[in-house]
Amino acid sequence: MVVGILSDTDVDRVFQALADSTRRDIVTRVIRGEQSVSELAAHYAMSFAAVQKHVAVLERAALVRKQRRGRQQIVSGNLPTIRKAAGLLDEYEELWRQRADRIGDILAESRKPKEG
Amino acid sequence: MTVISTEKDTEALTLTFVAEFDADIQRVWRVWEDPRQLERWWGPPTWPATFQKHDFTLGGRSLYYMTGPDGEKPYSWWVITALDAPNRLEYDEGFADENGEPDSTMGAIHNVVTLDSTGQATRMSVVATFENAEQLQQMLEMGMEEGMRSAMRQIDALLADVSR
Repeated sequence: MVVGILSDTDVDRVFQALADSTRRDIVTRVIRGEQSVSELAAHYAMSFAAVQKHVAVLERAALVRKQRRGRQQIVSGNLPTIRKAAGLLDEYEELWRQRADRIGDILAESRKPKEG
Repeated sequence: MTVISTEKDTEALTLTFVAEFDADIQRVWRVWEDPRQLERWWGPPTWPATFQKHDFTLGGRSLYYMTGPDGEKPYSWWVITALDAPNRLEYDEGFADENGEPDSTMGAIHNVVTLDSTGQATRMSVVATFENAEQLQQMLEMGMEEGMRSAMRQIDALLADVSR
């Protein structure tokens, strides 16, 4: 799914990021179109700083991207990238690396002298 | 085993994977030819493959399923489109239903496997060409750890919510 292979830590980050309803809402909004942190903050009954923290959690999980534009911090959804063919081919490559490893193991077995 | 090179073409949707094995060419050919050896390396430990049929001849068909962590058994087929032992194998593969009937909506993935002797070792090159990204995605779903698939389902659910 996400570009490249996800480590357990990455998977945990995605789970944790999506476990919170505000963060799910933020992801939903920024997939539809980029928004500044201030615009996002206007939707929630919480401080700008609190919203900023939620965005940082999403950013660490690679679910959103944040860029500075002038004085504004613009948040955009990273999900289209997640699904790009490049990421899928990376994973497919990993699948073949693992297959080649297993072939190597099987070949190594047949090289061993037969045990009594 | 050494991975020599990999090359990805995201427009043509191809992966070229080249690895070298410390074994002679006949021995490497057998890991493809013998279904009992093939099923030991084809699927990851969490998704072992079982080849019910493996007709390793030109035009021959294979049918196998993989057993997932939740007991699911997705089926796939192969048709061998070129065969020149022990140097070259070409096969199309695709998804099938539980009766082994090919899923025509998904199309086929074309694979070219070449083996070359390099002194004592054997170089294996695999070129896989996908018709569309969906094939690739579905294939990957069968090779992934449970945690990753759950995360993906969560994101899929999220995307479905967004598009509603």
